[in-house]
Amino acid sequence: MTCQDYKDLMMAYLDDELSEEQKRAFEEHLASCADCAKKMKEFKTLKQMTDAVAFVEPEDRMWNQYWGNVYNRIERGMGWVLFSVATIALLIYGGFQAIENIIDDPAVGLLMKIGMLALLGGLAILFVSVLRERIYFWSKDRYKDVRR
Amino acid sequence: MSSVCEDKTAALWSSCQSQREAFEVIVKRHMKDAYFIALGLVGNREDALELSQEAFYRAYKHYDQLNSKGKFFPWFYQILRNLCFSHLRRKRVRRAYESTAGDGGPRGPDAASDSSSEMRNSQREEGADCFDPEMIAERNEAKDRVWRAVSRLDEKHREVIILRHFQNLSYDEMAKVLFCNRGTVTSRLFYARQRLKEILDDEKGGQTL
Repeated sequence: MTCQDYKDLMMAYLDDELSEEQKRAFEEHLASCADCAKKMKEFKTLKQMTDAVAFVEPEDRMWNQYWGNVYNRIERGMGWVLFSVATIALLIYGGFQAIENIIDDPAVGLLMKIGMLALLGGLAILFVSVLRERIYFWSKDRYKDVRR
Repeated sequence: MSSVCEDKTAALWSSCQSQREAFEVIVKRHMKDAYFIALGLVGNREDALELSQEAFYRAYKHYDQLNSKGKFFPWFYQILRNLCFSHLRRKRVRRAYESTAGDGGPRGPDAASDSSSEMRNSQREEGADCFDPEMIAERNEAKDRVWRAVSRLDEKHREVIILRHFQNLSYDEMAKVLFCNRGTVTSRLFYARQRLKEILDDEKGGQTL
């Protein structure tokens, strides 16, 4: 084995993740290789320094409120979905009703009615175009079946 | 830590009366790990709390996408780390914009406090993220230096240092949450520690540890 191979074992040795046999082989190498022994000493010092760092433990109040905060997000998320769906449905319904009234109203001029129909037609074309584009890209997406 | 990957989520999900009830148990089981991992990745309490809670919310929303219900934590960890790293990238862009547009120093609402002034100093170091030194228990100069050095590691290296040193995950557990093999964990740890050592040596003016 070369020093490079032993370097791969160095981290596992440092973190006590080697089998007894691997540990013995690595220690034998350390005894005969000054470079690896020096590197190992430096990594040991670094590990000691890093292991000494610990986070401040937050007060119990934070943990007690934690689930409540997550639940509020879940609840609000569902609220927003319902609100958005209902708003879109109402806007579409109201819009169609308003346009129908305008078209049926004899007092409204022909130009206005044509304008309304053109607006509706334009919206429909835009919607279909975006939808078609989305479906096209979705069908070509190589990662769509990748599941976590 | 008790093994984060030792998961009884699937059994829990079917044994609880409601989905909400099961998820409450899951959140309570993993909230500390989630918060401390986020804290290690983003470096301050408010962001860590916000991001870890958001990760749980997203996990709840997309729970049906989790193929193997027994592997909740590795899947959840991916959501959490992606959120944390996106957050850090957004902050870096904002900071870069502020430093070019403003007077050369980022400003925040907490600019008056001592810890914030230390945070600003550390931000000025090349590549450093905004890590709050007040998050370290029983502070001293050596611990502050390590924490500052962690803030200067890139994302891939920072996460292995946090998982190994701050969360005490074994190599097998790290391989599970990082979706890689033990060999990759070992190699990432080697380069992460090497980089950490270089940063600390730099700070000491080129002296080795």
